[in-house]
Amino acid sequence: MSLLNPDSALIFWMLIAFGIVFIILAKYGFPVIVGMVEKRKQYIDESLQAAREANEKLAHIKEESESILTQAREEQANILKEAVETRQRIISEAKNKAQSEGGKLLEEAREQIQKEKDDAIRDIRKQVAELSVGIAEKILRQNLDNEQKQNGMIERLLDEVSDIKK
Amino acid sequence: MKTLKYIWVSLLLCLICSPIKADESESKVNVQEIVFGHIGDSYEWHITDWKGKAISIPLPIIVYSSQSGWHAFLSSRLEHNKEYEGFYIAPEGKYQGKVVEKNVEGEEIRPFDISITKTVLSLLINSLLLVLIILGVAKWYKKHKPEDSTPKGFVGFMEMFIMMVNDDIIKSCIGKDYKRYAPYLLTAFFFIFLNNLMGLVPIFPGGGNVTGNIAITLVLACMTFLAVNIWGSKEYWREILWPDVPLWLKIPIPIMPLIEIFGIFTKPFALTVRLFANIMAGHSVILALTCIIFITASLGPVLNGSMSVISVLFAVFMNFLELLVAFIQAYVFTMLSAVFIGLSRVEAHKK
Repeated sequence: MSLLNPDSALIFWMLIAFGIVFIILAKYGFPVIVGMVEKRKQYIDESLQAAREANEKLAHIKEESESILTQAREEQANILKEAVETRQRIISEAKNKAQSEGGKLLEEAREQIQKEKDDAIRDIRKQVAELSVGIAEKILRQNLDNEQKQNGMIERLLDEVSDIKK
Repeated sequence: MKTLKYIWVSLLLCLICSPIKADESESKVNVQEIVFGHIGDSYEWHITDWKGKAISIPLPIIVYSSQSGWHAFLSSRLEHNKEYEGFYIAPEGKYQGKVVEKNVEGEEIRPFDISITKTVLSLLINSLLLVLIILGVAKWYKKHKPEDSTPKGFVGFMEMFIMMVNDDIIKSCIGKDYKRYAPYLLTAFFFIFLNNLMGLVPIFPGGGNVTGNIAITLVLACMTFLAVNIWGSKEYWREILWPDVPLWLKIPIPIMPLIEIFGIFTKPFALTVRLFANIMAGHSVILALTCIIFITASLGPVLNGSMSVISVLFAVFMNFLELLVAFIQAYVFTMLSAVFIGLSRVEAHKK
C-alpha cells in the first residue's frame, strides 16, 4: 500500500522544511516569547515583594510615628508640670525673699530709729546737763555773791563730806 | 481506539460504496479514487473541475536520473500521460502515479525524485505560515519590556497557548532540564497543529494532507527518537541494557534487554502511526461522507435529497471532531515526546 510507504521526496523536503522552521523558531521565536513571559512573571513577583515590603515599612513608620507622638505628648506633660513647679517655686522663693528683706529693712529701720532716739536722748541729756550746769552756775553765783554765804556753803559741804566719812 | 474507529468507519463506508459502484458500472463517482487521490500525493494541485476541464496548479518536478542527470520541469508537461524528456507518470504497476523513466533494458525505473508535490507545497506553505505567525508574535515581545502590560488579541491568545504547551506539557513531563527541549517540542506542537488545521481547510492554501502522510510523521518521530536517545542519561541506558529484573531474564539469554531495545524503536513507530492514521482517517471519513451525495445522485431525488442532508450533517460533525482531533493529536504527540524525553533523563533513584 502506497500510503504506508514513506516517500523519499517528502522525507527530504520535510527534513529541510522542519529543520529550517525549527532553527528559526528555536532561535528567534519561542525562546523570545517564553523568556519574556518568564521575565514578566519574575517582574510581577518582584513587584509584589516590593509592595509587601513597602506596606510593612509603612506600618512600621505608622507605629513609629505613633510612638513618637505619645513620647512627645509625655514630654509635653512633663514640661508643663515642671513649668508649674518652677513657677510655684519661684513665687514662693520670691515671697520668702521679700519677707526676709522686708523684715531686715524693718529691723534696720528700727535700729536706726533706736539709734536716732538714743542720740536724741543723749543730746537732750547733754543739753539738759549743760542747761542745768548753767542754771546751777547762775543759781550758785546768785547764792554765793557775798562772803558769808560762801563760808556757810563751804561749812555745810564740809559737814556733808564728814557725814559721808563717818 | 480513535484510530481503530476511523479505520472501521472508512472500511465500512468503502464496503457500502463498493456494491453501489459495482451495480452501476457506468457511475462517474469513484469514491476510492477521490479519497485516495486526496490523501495520497500528486504532482499537481488539483483545485476543481470546471466544465469537464480540470483546473489545477502545475508544480515543479525535480528528478535526478542516473542516465541523464538532473531534470526540472512543470508537471503540466506530463498531463494526460504525456512523456517529457523520457519521464512519464506510471499509469499502473509498482510505481503507479509516480514519475518513472525507462532504462536501457526497457524496464520502468524510478529516478531520484525530489519534486515539489502537492504535499510538499502544502508543507512549505504551512511552514512559512508557522514561521510568520510565531515570528510575528515574537516581534511584539521584542518591542515591549517586561514591565509593559500583557498583550491582547492574537498575541495574547498565542502567549496563553504557548505557555500552556510549555508549562502543562513540556515542563510537567520532562522535569528540571526541560528548557533544552522546549524549543523543539513547541515547534513540533505548533507544526503539527497548524498542519492539521490547514488540512481541514478545503480550498487552495489548505487542504493538503500533510500530517496524514507517513513520511512527515516519520520524520517528526525520528526527531523525537534522536532527542530521546542522544541525550539519554546513564540511568536510562542502564535500565535498557541491565534492567532491574531477576537474573535469569538477563543471562544467558538477554530477554529483557532485547525487549527494552525493541521498545526504543516501537516508541517512535507508535508516534508515527498514531498521528498519521488519525489525520488520514479523519480526512478519509469526511471525504467519504461528502461522496455520499454524489453516489446517491443516481438513486432518485428523494433518496439523494435525504442522504445529502445526512451527509452534510455528518460532515459538519466530523469537521468539528477533526478540529478537536487536530488539537488532541498535536497535544498527544508533544506530550508523548515529552514523556519519552523525560524517561530518558531519569536519574538513579536507588542508593
